[in-house]
Amino acid sequence: MSTALEEPVVAPGYDSASVTEKITDVVLTRPVHRGWLAGVAVSFALLMMMNFAIAWLLIKGIGIWGVNVPVAWGFAITNFVWWIGIGHAGTFISAILLLLHQDWRTSINRFAEAMTLFAVACAGLFPLLHLGRPWVFYWVLPYPDTMGMWPQWRSALVWDVFAVSTYLAVSVIFWYVGLIPDVATMRDRAVSRPVQLIYGIMALGWRGSARHWKRFHVLYLLLAGLATPLVLSVHSVVSMDFAIAIVPGWHSTIFPPYFVAGAIFSGFAMVLTLAIPIRKFYGLQDFIRIRHLENCAKIMLATGLMVAHGYITEGFMAWYSDDKFEIYLTLNRMFGPYAPAYWLLIFCNVGVNQLLWFKKIRTNPAMLFVVAIFIQIGMWTERYVIVITSLHRDFLPSAWGIFHGTRWDWMTLIGSLGLFASLFFLFLRLLPAISISEMRDLVHENAGPPR
Amino acid sequence: MSENLYGVMGEFAEPEQLLHAARAAYHAGYRKMDAYSPYAVEGVAEAIGFHRTRVPLVVLLGGVAGAVTAYGMQWYSAVISYPLNVGGRPLHSWPAFVPITFELTILFAAIAGLIGMLAMNGLPRPYHPVFNAPEFKLASQTRFFLCIEANDHVFKAEEVREFFLSLGPVRVLEVEK
Repeated sequence: MSTALEEPVVAPGYDSASVTEKITDVVLTRPVHRGWLAGVAVSFALLMMMNFAIAWLLIKGIGIWGVNVPVAWGFAITNFVWWIGIGHAGTFISAILLLLHQDWRTSINRFAEAMTLFAVACAGLFPLLHLGRPWVFYWVLPYPDTMGMWPQWRSALVWDVFAVSTYLAVSVIFWYVGLIPDVATMRDRAVSRPVQLIYGIMALGWRGSARHWKRFHVLYLLLAGLATPLVLSVHSVVSMDFAIAIVPGWHSTIFPPYFVAGAIFSGFAMVLTLAIPIRKFYGLQDFIRIRHLENCAKIMLATGLMVAHGYITEGFMAWYSDDKFEIYLTLNRMFGPYAPAYWLLIFCNVGVNQLLWFKKIRTNPAMLFVVAIFIQIGMWTERYVIVITSLHRDFLPSAWGIFHGTRWDWMTLIGSLGLFASLFFLFLRLLPAISISEMRDLVHENAGPPR
Repeated sequence: MSENLYGVMGEFAEPEQLLHAARAAYHAGYRKMDAYSPYAVEGVAEAIGFHRTRVPLVVLLGGVAGAVTAYGMQWYSAVISYPLNVGGRPLHSWPAFVPITFELTILFAAIAGLIGMLAMNGLPRPYHPVFNAPEFKLASQTRFFLCIEANDHVFKAEEVREFFLSLGPVRVLEVEK
């Protein structure tokens, strides 16, 4: 694989017709496979388990979770930060790599964007459930209420509401705009009238007019330009939930960049976790090539090193600050009751990540898959350590405590994976997982005279 | 020539042919026409006389509206409607208003862009005469079409047909209303 860098982004021998056929056939003509059914069954069972846990939560209240003073932000916030971080890679691929003219993004941007939407949906659940009374969540929005109250604009939690809902809305718009020409293709290739009608409604009557394409492309670029600062801002705002507080270990200016790097790091790990099985089971190795996987691995390596730099800086700043609470927090993280979690995260995010220096590993899908799983576990653990260790021993020893997730915490976390996977399985069967119109453009350019 | 004619359409196999046809048609004096392709062919929109789009303007206006709305809302609620003294800090604490102003700028710009793009394109529009040609299905897959419309001031169905045939099309279609 020494030529991977020069490897074209699409295998040779494809033209407009065969690209269209190959991508639409996955949805339109491929019979439902037993493996897909099994995958949906497992994810749906996990989703039902989460629904059960949520129902019990609504009946009993959040006391069934392990949270209590001093640790009032247990799994819910950890899961929220983890999921929303995973979403970042989708926007990074679709917006930032578009502006940077990285043409390899074309075959992975659609499903990475879908991944973003589903991850943000999972993330959004947790703060809502953590409210205790999720049915009054709209109190955080500014609306003319009979109480005569307004949200507190100086609160990072209110910023978060705006950041996350804007992120979700803009991601949906970006994804849908990109889909319009492709669902028009689905409409025109549909084999039955109901299928044609459904895709026809989604396509809004798209007919590929040159004037329409022009406006479409201008908008698509502008959306990418808007989404680029947005994606950097969302996790920054999330990190301010912590950094604005005065709790030791949280009150730090490094949090925004460190969180953004961590978000892209875990997001690319999720992209690989999804891309490696998809290309295998749907036979898309010609479109999602080793080069794509390797590029994702390189981004993971780079962002992982930034995260490692964040860990080092945290330790250094604790020592340099000469603040006894900061120093105690750092030592407590490394050697206190949560030390196993801390060393697990260092092992995954700093240790295992170094394997990506080796080209043999970057170009081996099975190894990459394993590394990606380790990194996701590591990034979840990182957020767990940030949330728990800072809270469980802050300033007053008389107010110290220990937190452990209960079975309801674990059921909700694992169930959210089921929600994510269920949505993703449906997406694979119902919509083109790779952008067809962009692929056509790409194969045409590649087939043309050498540039 | 039937009264019912929407236009005459040439079908081409290659994007370069479409670009050539579009330039030739404009040169021949046709103005009411549109090109249809499975992906954007660079230069075709300009070739049929479409140079400027107002999408960026709409996005800009949306962004400005978002910024003004967000900042105005925060200022009004914190200073006028619900002044709350937090440790003697100023009511108009503008640095704290920046994140939400930024987010709503992006949100309004994106929504304005989506609505603007669809509205200017006249979408959603489920029915359009070009769909009457059965071959037009291929416009979203592999083929490139140029349609010269019957309401063009120099349109004569036979001449347009001859014009297309001279450009090496896959076929020439008559599109009914």
